[in-house]
Amino acid sequence: METPGNSFEQSARAISRMMGLIFVMFLLVGGFLVYLMIDPTLSAFQSEPEPTLIAVAPPEEDDFDKIENGIHLRTGFVEGEGLMTVVNNCTNCHSAKLVTQNRMDADGWRKTIKWMQETQNLWDLGKNEDIIVDYLAMYYAPGKKGRRLNLTNIQWYVLEE
Amino acid sequence: MNRRKFVQNSGLGAMAALLGTEIVFGHTLPKGYLPLGLQDPDPFKMFDKNPEMLVLNDKPWNIESLAHLLDDRITPNRSMFIRNNGIIPQEIDLATWTLTFDGESVERKKSYSLAELKSRFSQHTYQLTIECGGNGRSEFNPPAKGNQWSVGAVHSAEWTGVRLRDVLEDVGITSDAVYIGFHAADTHLSGDPKKEPISRGFPIAKAMQDETLLAFQMNGKDIPLAHGYPLRLVAGGWPASTSGKWLTGISVRDRVHDGPKMTGDSYRVPCLPVAPGTEVAEEDMCIIESMPVKSLITYPKTGATIAQGKSLSFRGHAWAGELEVTRMEYSIDFGSTWKECTLEAPANRLAWQHFSGETRFPQKGYYEVWVRATDSRGNAQPMVLPGWNPKGYLNNACHRIAVKVS
Repeated sequence: METPGNSFEQSARAISRMMGLIFVMFLLVGGFLVYLMIDPTLSAFQSEPEPTLIAVAPPEEDDFDKIENGIHLRTGFVEGEGLMTVVNNCTNCHSAKLVTQNRMDADGWRKTIKWMQETQNLWDLGKNEDIIVDYLAMYYAPGKKGRRLNLTNIQWYVLEE
Repeated sequence: MNRRKFVQNSGLGAMAALLGTEIVFGHTLPKGYLPLGLQDPDPFKMFDKNPEMLVLNDKPWNIESLAHLLDDRITPNRSMFIRNNGIIPQEIDLATWTLTFDGESVERKKSYSLAELKSRFSQHTYQLTIECGGNGRSEFNPPAKGNQWSVGAVHSAEWTGVRLRDVLEDVGITSDAVYIGFHAADTHLSGDPKKEPISRGFPIAKAMQDETLLAFQMNGKDIPLAHGYPLRLVAGGWPASTSGKWLTGISVRDRVHDGPKMTGDSYRVPCLPVAPGTEVAEEDMCIIESMPVKSLITYPKTGATIAQGKSLSFRGHAWAGELEVTRMEYSIDFGSTWKECTLEAPANRLAWQHFSGETRFPQKGYYEVWVRATDSRGNAQPMVLPGWNPKGYLNNACHRIAVKVS
């Protein structure tokens, strides 16, 4: 017959084993649930290779200012004298598209610069102002449009009724 | 599965993990909204726009629709142009968002939470036509400075909200009130936190109209972020710049509001007509109020080729700012002769009206279908460019589509 002390020791060991088991189970289930929160579709276990999820800065390219067919690729500006001065001063606050879609003579571009300095926090351009104005007036000068243009760039298609 | 989809399918925890920081107020993020830090560089996905639309500017975002994309009777978000003067706000907390009324002509300064606005005032829904003042700018000669809009900077969606008038009456305004000016949560391109990108407004009479809303829904859903979530001032029939997005404040003024883009030559035209290219002094420029009569052929898309002997059905919308369109005509002979279109009444005041017509062509060849609307005061759309103005506003020249009969 076992002594009461022995029986207590046995029960204590059994309880401790059970506690251990519950703890391990808890870790397993908990770990799985945490994983499910991050990846609810279990995409990591699907065979299709996943693109890297971490945003990686593009590697330093030596052709950052590449020019192709006379166009500065990064901004869309036309290649010409003063190009990089324009890129460096006119694309910090707004898109290059705001420049390239407009057409003005030298006076108009100079007034636009003055307006940006008075109201939009543009800095003093110093000697660069003439370089910028000359470039813009040369490559982004107004064309003749008349009072109404012909319809252009029509993509013809057969209309099915 | 791409990165965007992964982000959408995952919970806040995953988004926070990708951003490397906790998303404070994450629980109030609108469903399906991606924090800007995770936004796709593809603007059509980011703003849920039709990929045929034209990006005029990506800093700030300005995206134009096309005539044939505006065929719906009520414009869906997918086809709505985006016009921004500043940077779209990034942190929007519905729980702490307030609309504050101040200015010389309020009895006392007063603020409302979004919940208070929704629960304390009766709600109304109107279809309202909003057109950018510079829609059509690209045609002016000499050219006018700014985003070069063609025809697609207009839409007519359904807006739901409370009447500005009801809230102004609750605030209490004094008898010397002349104008209201809005303030918003967007930020200046230069990054200067003290500068407002745009703060425009309109006279008290416009503020008191039934249809002038503080809107929190567009087409029955939360307003999309690019269109002013969570609160937008909507003034149908007036330049879209008066419908302030991301609304945080209204100043009730005892003078014409003088916020950014109210003064100088912004949203102003010469008070008296001038010859093209004329330099106009600031004091001779007047603020644009109601937009002029205009129309758009939304079906078929320009460039249709049809067989000889077949008839062509066409349709579109017409609008006239504060007024109604009373007559709609079309011409297939470059304006020599005009025939009537069928014209519907608007769903409500300041909503665009639908027109339709059917025509046959006498022989093979190249044609243009032109349409012109006439408003209730007898003003019709011009065939050529209307009065030149320094900033290229209010081009309501008739819309044209090309058709070939073979």
